[in-house]
Formats: sequence, C-alpha cells, structure tokens
Amino acid sequence: MEGASPDGAVLFGAILLLALSGVPGLFARKGGAGGERLAAVLACAGSAAGLVPAVRILFFGAELRMELPSPLPGGGILLVADPLSALFLLPVFLVPALASVYGLGYWPESEHLRDARKLRLFMGLLAASMAVVLVARSGVAFLVAWEVMALAAFFAATTEDRQPAVREAGWIYLVATHAGTLGLFGMTALLGATTGSFAWEAPAAGLAATGSASVVFLLALVGFGAKAGLFPFHFWLPGAHAGAPSHVSAVMSGVMLKVGLYGILRITSLYGAPPAWWGGLLLVLGVASALYGAALAAAQNDLKRLLAYSSIENVGIVSTGIGVALLGRSAARPEWIALGLGGALLHVLFHSLFKPLLFLGAGAVIHGTGTREMDLMGGLLRKMPKTGAAFAVGCAAVAALPPLNGFFSEFLVYLGLLRAFAGPGEALLAGFAAPALALAGGIALAAFVKLFGTVFLGNPRSEKAEHAHEPGLAMRVPILALASACLLAGLFSPFLGPGLDAAIRSWAQRDAAEATAGLSRLPALASVAPLATVASWGAALLGLVALVAAGTALLLRRQAISRGPTWDCGYARPTARMQYTGSSFGEWIALRLTPRAAAAPLEARLPEGIFPRRARVSAAAPARDPVLLRLLEPFAQRWARRFHDLHALQEGRLTIYLVYVLGTLIALLAWSVLRGWLPLP
Amino acid sequence: MIDTLVHVLLVLALPPLLPGVIARTKAAFAGRNGPPLLQGYYDLARLLRKGSVLPAGSGWVFLAGPVAGVAAPLFASLLLPFGGHSAPVSFAGDMILFAYVLALSRFFTASAALDTGSAFEGMGAAREVAFSCLAEPALFFGFVALARISGSLSLSTMLGTGPGWVTAGAPLVLVAASWAVVLLAENCRIPFDDPNTHLELTMIHEVMVLDHGGPAFGLVLYGAAMKLFVLSALFLRVVFPFNVTDPRLDWIAFVAGILLVAISIGVVESVMARLRLVKVPQLLVGACVLSAFGMLLLAR
Repeated sequence: MEGASPDGAVLFGAILLLALSGVPGLFARKGGAGGERLAAVLACAGSAAGLVPAVRILFFGAELRMELPSPLPGGGILLVADPLSALFLLPVFLVPALASVYGLGYWPESEHLRDARKLRLFMGLLAASMAVVLVARSGVAFLVAWEVMALAAFFAATTEDRQPAVREAGWIYLVATHAGTLGLFGMTALLGATTGSFAWEAPAAGLAATGSASVVFLLALVGFGAKAGLFPFHFWLPGAHAGAPSHVSAVMSGVMLKVGLYGILRITSLYGAPPAWWGGLLLVLGVASALYGAALAAAQNDLKRLLAYSSIENVGIVSTGIGVALLGRSAARPEWIALGLGGALLHVLFHSLFKPLLFLGAGAVIHGTGTREMDLMGGLLRKMPKTGAAFAVGCAAVAALPPLNGFFSEFLVYLGLLRAFAGPGEALLAGFAAPALALAGGIALAAFVKLFGTVFLGNPRSEKAEHAHEPGLAMRVPILALASACLLAGLFSPFLGPGLDAAIRSWAQRDAAEATAGLSRLPALASVAPLATVASWGAALLGLVALVAAGTALLLRRQAISRGPTWDCGYARPTARMQYTGSSFGEWIALRLTPRAAAAPLEARLPEGIFPRRARVSAAAPARDPVLLRLLEPFAQRWARRFHDLHALQEGRLTIYLVYVLGTLIALLAWSVLRGWLPLP
Repeated sequence: MIDTLVHVLLVLALPPLLPGVIARTKAAFAGRNGPPLLQGYYDLARLLRKGSVLPAGSGWVFLAGPVAGVAAPLFASLLLPFGGHSAPVSFAGDMILFAYVLALSRFFTASAALDTGSAFEGMGAAREVAFSCLAEPALFFGFVALARISGSLSLSTMLGTGPGWVTAGAPLVLVAASWAVVLLAENCRIPFDDPNTHLELTMIHEVMVLDHGGPAFGLVLYGAAMKLFVLSALFLRVVFPFNVTDPRLDWIAFVAGILLVAISIGVVESVMARLRLVKVPQLLVGACVLSAFGMLLLAR
C-alpha cells in the first residue's frame, strides 16, 4: 500500500502524540496535576492509535511504505513498516502508555517538583524515537532516531541525578551506548559503500554474504548487542536499569532492549545465505547471556538489579532463538527458521509483558517500603495482597512456568534447538544449547523464588517492611492489567501464529527465491509447533490446579484449623531477624556459579572474648558488573595512564605549540619533496 | 480410552505403595520386619482426617505448595508413556512441558517453605532450588540424546526405542546412568538426602515441609510419592524400552517394573551412606557430564 493509506497517517500521528506528550506539561502550573494527567492521556491516545496500524500490518498484511525528501546527505528518508517492524511496535505502543499512567501515582509532580516535567518529556521522546527507529529504513534517518532514543533514555534514567550511583550508572550507559553507536556508524557506512545507497533494502536474492558482510554483521552485533544487553556488552545495563525510576526501567527493559534485538534482525535479514558462524556466534552469545544473567540475578540483593540481570538472561534466550533461525538459513532448514525466530519473536512480545509487570511491581514495593534492599523486606504479601499476587504471576512467567506466557516462547526456542540437533541435518551447538538453557532456567527459578520469597513471604524483617501499603489506583491498574495479560497471553498464543508467520516471512524474505532454487517454502509456525495443543493443555493444567486447590479447601474446611508460631526447631520465640535472608538463599549460586568478582565479600565482626561486643556480619554484592569491574575498568585505567604520559607534550606555553606547528610544516615539506624524488605511486 | 483410564488410575492409586516397598527393602537388609507395605495409605488416611496448625503470618502461598506438589506430578504423568502404552497426551516437545511442570511444583514448594518465615525451611528451599538447577541439564542432555536416537520429539515415541539399544547402546547406558542419579536426587533419596531424618542440618526436602500438618502434609507426602512414581516410570522406559505384546500383560509388566525400581532404590539406600552436602553438587555435575557424553557420542 502506498502513502495514501490512512494507516500511515495514523501511525505518524500516533508517534507525534507520543513525542509531544510531555510538552504541554512544561507550560502548565508547576506542582499541579494538569500537566501530568494531560501527558498520560496523550500517551495513551497516541499508543491506542498506534496499535491500530501495527496490528493491521502484522495480521492483515497492510505494509506501509513512505519516502520523504530530505535535505540531509545520504538520500531521502525511507520509512517502511513491514510485519517485523509492526511486531516490535506492539510493545512500544503498550508499555510506555501503561508506564505513563503508573507514573501518575509513582512520580507525581506534586512530590517531584524538580524533575517530574523533565521525566515526562523524555519518556514521551523515548517512546516516539523507538517507534521511528523501528520504521526508519534509511541509514541516516535510522541513526538520527537511534541517537534521540539513546539520549532520551539517558535523561530519563538519570532522573535522580543527585544520587552519585545514578550519575555513575548514567555515565557508563552513555559511554556504552555511544561506543555502540560508533559501531553502527561504521556499519551504516560500510553497508552504504557495498550497496551504493543508504536505504536498507536488499535485492530479491539478498545481499551476498562476502567478507565485508561479515564485518557489517560484527559491527551490528557490537552496536545493537550493546543496546540489547547481550553478554559481554551488557555491563551498563544493571546499573542503569536499577537506578532509573521504576516505570522508566519498565520501558527500558521491556521495550528498549528489544529495539537492539530488532536491529540485529533487520541487518541479518538483508543477507541471502549467511555463513554458518553468524548463527553459531549468536547462539553462543545468547546461551552465555542466559547463563550469566541468570546466575548474577540469583546473586543480587537489590530488587531492581536482580530484575535487570534477568533481562540479560531473557535477551540471551531471544538471541539463542535468532541464532537457530540464522543457522537454519545457512543450512536451508525452513523449520529451524520458523521455530527459532518464532520463539525469539514470541519471547520479545512476552518479555515485554512480564518484565514491565515485575518492574512496576518492584516500584510499588519500593514506594511502599522506601528501600530496594530485599533483605529489609518480608511479609509484604499481607500488606499488599493484590500487588503481591500480580508479582507472583510475573515471577512464575519469567521462570517460564506453564501455563504462563513465558513458557510458550521458551517452548518454541527449545523445540527449535532440539529440532536442529535431532536432524535431519545437525547442529552440535544446538545439542549443548538446550541443556544450557535448561540450566539457566533452573537458576532463574532459584532467583525468582528468592525474590518472591524474600520480599513477599515470611515476616517483615524491618520497620520499613512493617509499614508497607498497597499503592494507589493509578499504579495498581497497570500492574493488574499486565498480570492478567501474562496469565492469558500464553493460552491465547496460537492466535498470534499468523502474525508471527508474517514477521518471520518478512525476515526471511528470500523464501520465494529459495523456493525456485529447490528449497521448500517457510512452513507456518502452526504446522511445525503444536502451540494450540500446548495452549489447551496449559488451560487443562490451570483447571487441574484449581481442582486440587478446591479439594484441599474442602478438606481443610472440615477440620479444625488453628494458628500457631512457626516451629523453628525448638526456638521458643523466633523473630523475623532469624529468617533465612535473600543473600543466604542465593549464596550457593553466587559462590559457585558466578564469576568471583560478582560474589559478595563477607564482612564479619565475630563475637570474641568473655564479654563479646555486638557482632555483625554483612555481605553486599558489588554495585558494578563483573565485566566492568574486572575487564573494562582495568583496561581503561591502563590506557588512561598511558595517555597521561602524553601530558608532557602539552606544556601550555604558546612558544612550544608554535614549535610543533613549525615542525609539522617542515615534515610535510620534506614529505612532498621526497615524494617527488622517489618513484611512489 | 481404557488405556487412559488405567493410566490415570495407576498414577492416582499406586504412588503411596512405593515408599512402603522401599521401606520394606531397607528393613529386609537391616534384618527387621519393617512397616506394612500399605503404610503410605494408612498415613494418608490418618493425615487427611486431622486438623492442622498454620504458622502465624502465612498466607495462601503456604497451601499453594502442597496443591502444586500434587497437581504438577499428576499432570506430568499424563505426558509420560507407561510401559508400552503411549501417553494420554503427546505432541512434539512434550518433554519440555514435562520438565517445566515439575519446575512449577518446585517453585511453589520452595515458596511455601519461605512463607513460614523459618530459618530452617528457608535453608531447605535454598538447597532444593540450587541442586535442582543442576539436575535440569542432566535431564535435558538425555532428552537431546534420545531425540537424536529416535528422530522424534515426543516422549511416547522417543522413549520407546527398543532398537536404540542395538544401534546406540553406549549413549543409552550413559543417559540411563545419569537419569538414575537424577531420579535419586529429585526425589531426595540417599545418597542425596535421607527422607527418614527430619531434624538434621543436611536435609533438603523434608525440611521444607516441617510446618505443614494434617491434610496439607498428607498432600505433600502424596505429591512426593507421585513424583517418585512419575520419574521412576520415565527411568523405567529408558532402561526397558520394549513392548510386551499383550496390552494387559504390558500393564502388569509396567507395574512390576516400577516395583523393581522401588526395590532398587531400597537397595541403594541400604548399601550407601548419605553424601556430605558439599559432595551433592559434584555428583549432579557428574550426572550432567555422563549424559553430555552420551549426547556427544551421537554427534558426528
């Protein structure tokens, strides 16, 4: 369809509404509620409007295409919204809108006079720029939108910039994102040089995967991988996601990471038959991310850092799926493509439901208790039963427990891996990847039992946790909406099949050409994965659990039930301080399955002598990622020292600089004279 | 239809017998008479009639543990072929659902333990989730290997590969050995955990349910027996993947096989001491390595 269609105008208007949602608030009375309400209304209206074309493109094949003239070098601006873009647009039009409603209760202007306006402005810009990134198909426009997105995220994440930890995390994020953007600049230039245009569109047979294509792939992997939080480019992520206000974390973790994954998909989609090592590398990095993210999540004691590390794990699962799809493309196995990419894309969608749920729930906890330290919490399920139940749903979903949505997407990824190893045709890597993902899943389960148990179960460990309370309506509604979405999305996932098929086709668009080359067409997801069967049996599982629960309730009703103190092996008066803490719970994994730099050094003052003083034991995980702490910081410091020696050249006296200028001139003169003498080309 | 009915009846009725068989085997080794074979059923009947004391401050999660502990193995059993009869539910990838349904019960059992606010139960929960995450890869390496041998992604067909013992005997031996370790570890049997010691610092599973009583504890015991039954059936189908021709004889062979597995567990428990806690992960990693080698032997 051409630009004349109303879809394009609606999409354009939606993006504009999102971008400007924070602007009217700048002119509203300071401290009043008008600006923030208007911002939430505008964001919701824009998102609702944007969902319409996104759904139409994804499910009804109404692809959009627009070419605008541009004064910038590099040709006109090409905007294309194909099903792949549309799939990634869904979270962009869902999560920020919910976050803006949540922000009414979490970050009200009346309590945050200094920064609420700024935050709303950049939240709107962040959402809009992500949408533009997803439809921009010419290199220059893409990079501009990319940079706006990176900077908007920086300003939104550093809202609490009076805290040193937030500032530091912000700088690290800024360095990381710009290092990544540097890679993307290189990639765009190289791609432009090989294809002769900055438009990212491949000929029907796809670009040839030559040597320079591999360089493009590696640059894309660094640039987009840094944004997605793929190991080992993830080092900025835990700090930035933990330091941001919770609804910003929800948007960054739920949506912005996915934009990085989209980039990897977009660039790989340009090539016809990629070499097998592309898929292999992505598979290995994906599995490494999954294991690393899960293990470090289990080691954290900060509520939000735990969630941030779990995002690294989930990005790893998505990358594993993409790796399987790429391997399938190299080996011409259409069912690997369908299963791997189908799982990856479904996980992108589902992660953008459960991770924002968890971050918003964590925000409610932080709002209620005033701390992020899990070991100060406990027993919150009694104080905030609704949030707690919703949080339990989120924990079960992120641990991929059936019948919640997280299980369905991981199911597809596993199935792709098993299919890739079981043959016909084989990928040995896939044989190792499936058990490795199972290990990561087991560790993630431990991490989320720890999170849920330490925060919501047992008894309050501190005064702060005693006085926790259920949040207001504006915060509760998004949390409950996302929790019900997590509960239902998996069971209804078969209905997403056609949309996933369309997105997979637009990634592997060369299937028509491949069909003529004697390869079979891409199969529909429903024909290679029994999603409908799994969904109906998932519903049956839910029914069975309800049945057993009802039976138990009946049994208990007939018997005498009393309440007594917890039997703690004979202690007459157990206290809440005697409970197992989160750090003890995660200790085994933290000591054995994570890099040493991640483990919490134990500081102990043990009781000594006949009249011991007050004893104290504490263990705090370092606030920096091990990769940052052990790899990047020593490296950066070494180079900083070397460059420091160059200071000697920079005396600060004009005469010295004039000597430098003179020396340079003489050297150039000598060079040009020498060139004349020597037979140089 | 009849097969499904028999399948469900077996999984509902048979599990409490297994702890009785194990206990009798151990008693025979120790020269005692031991408890009656049907002690498991008597215990259940007694517990279901009792009242219960809930720990102060616990909520719905405390009861969700026992509920998930029964519902999950029961559901998982539907995905598993019993003997030569294929599973009531089977589709490509059903073993993934099988593994994750068992994880569902682990999530709620461990959460229920944490809901009591007891230090001991928290410790047990921590051990349970930590050791189980090492058992998962051993299980999955086995799945991957079996999928490769049989070319199928469904438990019903990939487990019943009788010819596999001829063409791929060595990998199957390795997988069976690894899964035997998983069977013992996941069901908290010696050498990993001793189900008879309720009050020792080295225990894992029993400590998580110290505060459950009455009907809730009855469900815990029933669920644990059912999990033992289900994992025994999985192990049995790898070791004995052959079909007996007559369907009725096949059911009898299956029940006999399960009882044989229970007796073997009793023998293991009689002749081995429990490992020190620090050795438990080493043995589980060993199990992973075994099945990983099994998988590697199949790759070429």
